[in-house]
Amino acid sequence: MASALLRTPLHDRHRALGAKLAGFAGWEMPIVYTTTRAEHRAVRERSGLFDVSHMGQIEVTGPAAREFLDGTLTNDLGRIGPGQGQYTLLLQEDGGVVDDLIVYALLDRFLIVCNAANVDPVRTSLTDRAPEGAEVNDRSAEVAMLALQGPAYEAPLAPLVGSPAPLALEYFEITEDEVAGVPALVARTGYTGEPGVEIMCPVSGAGRVWDRLMAGPDAPEPAGLAARDTLRLEVGYPLYGQDLSRERTPIEAGLAWACDLEGGFVGVEECRRRKAEGPAERLVMMKLLEPGIPRPGCAVLAGGEPVGEVTSGTLSPTLDVGIAMGYLRPDVASPGTDVMVDIRGKQKAGRVERRPLVQTSPTKAG
Amino acid sequence: MADETYPEDLRYHHEHDWVRVEGGEAVFGITWYAQDALGEVVYYDPPEPGATIAKDGAYGELESVKAVSDVIAPAGGEVVAVNQAVRDTPELVNQDPYGEGWLVRVRLSDPAELDALLDASAYREYLSGL
Repeated sequence: MASALLRTPLHDRHRALGAKLAGFAGWEMPIVYTTTRAEHRAVRERSGLFDVSHMGQIEVTGPAAREFLDGTLTNDLGRIGPGQGQYTLLLQEDGGVVDDLIVYALLDRFLIVCNAANVDPVRTSLTDRAPEGAEVNDRSAEVAMLALQGPAYEAPLAPLVGSPAPLALEYFEITEDEVAGVPALVARTGYTGEPGVEIMCPVSGAGRVWDRLMAGPDAPEPAGLAARDTLRLEVGYPLYGQDLSRERTPIEAGLAWACDLEGGFVGVEECRRRKAEGPAERLVMMKLLEPGIPRPGCAVLAGGEPVGEVTSGTLSPTLDVGIAMGYLRPDVASPGTDVMVDIRGKQKAGRVERRPLVQTSPTKAG
Repeated sequence: MADETYPEDLRYHHEHDWVRVEGGEAVFGITWYAQDALGEVVYYDPPEPGATIAKDGAYGELESVKAVSDVIAPAGGEVVAVNQAVRDTPELVNQDPYGEGWLVRVRLSDPAELDALLDASAYREYLSGL
């Protein structure tokens, strides 16, 4: 029997806005409020507000926390200090991806934000490996998370912050502050390719933060998970469960840049081996040259033979063409290569493209 | 999005397709219920004009942000026109499913096939049981 879906503290607001809600990773989440196209455009051109409270927050504390995480997660944690975040991954011993993460260094702790579907495996993997002096605590149930994204994100945020610090953050920086009087972590991160912040606050304060951001003249558009997916795919951010999985390593996924192969992390030996030998497939972006929408599982062909498969696909609201991410044989994975995508038996012409497909600058505020 | 309606002058197929008879020809589309279930339509893959389509058979595809659906012919015949406006602006199916969002115009091979379809009240009753 299916268990009941979890609800975020903003569930009633989504209902009142007329959102279409659906189950996602065990949560009942807003998929779309008006149309995906309108919400997508709002984020690219102005600003949008996402409820991403389903995402997991795991804290690691103690004197051994840094050394533990540096030796466990793929990226070089030595490159960040307090107030900074970093994209990283947690792997299995065989190199398969358990999850992709952002780890933030705070003054007294590390905060790991993980995908909703992976809270249990990430917590379990970290807890099992934690040495004396490093403590792992899952805060997911206590923390709500809102993503305010888009070139004009500062306008609704500026009147609500407790200090100027959240508005002065550089890309991937984080600060503890207040939003609408609610204690909150504000990070200059996101999953849309646009400038913006992610706000983490106690569940009890999430409604107030949402309401106050939505109240002003510069209110963002409420945006659902469907727009979040089209936004991330246009800029080529991989999604766990589709583009990343336990069956593949970061080397195939083009994430070697987030792996400290000279240092140590769980799964490093396999990653080094694949890096040295060259991966058997590579995650690429593709664009269709004729009408059609690639979907996960669609075969990709070149010269009449199968060379890979689509792992994510959609209609790009910005470009108005079908776009995809997928794993291809390395000899056909270079940008500019012509491929065919088999969409339910019909072969559609496509081309391997450089990431991102839509030029954005998440590092700069509007 | 349009409000939920099921016009009285149409006949309905239980796969949520409608037909409007105009002389020996008929116009097909999908119902309000179908477009609502499908969500925001972003792509229409129509049949070729001149193609023969069979009653209860799939004659094209509508694709929304997250799902693909075959569109089912409420009756058989030859495709005489395809709605190019929906190819260019697929959301017309959501905005005006019985008007601007029509999908194909067909020369019916056997108008008696229409007798098996539901009228608006029977279709509404069918929906209430889903």
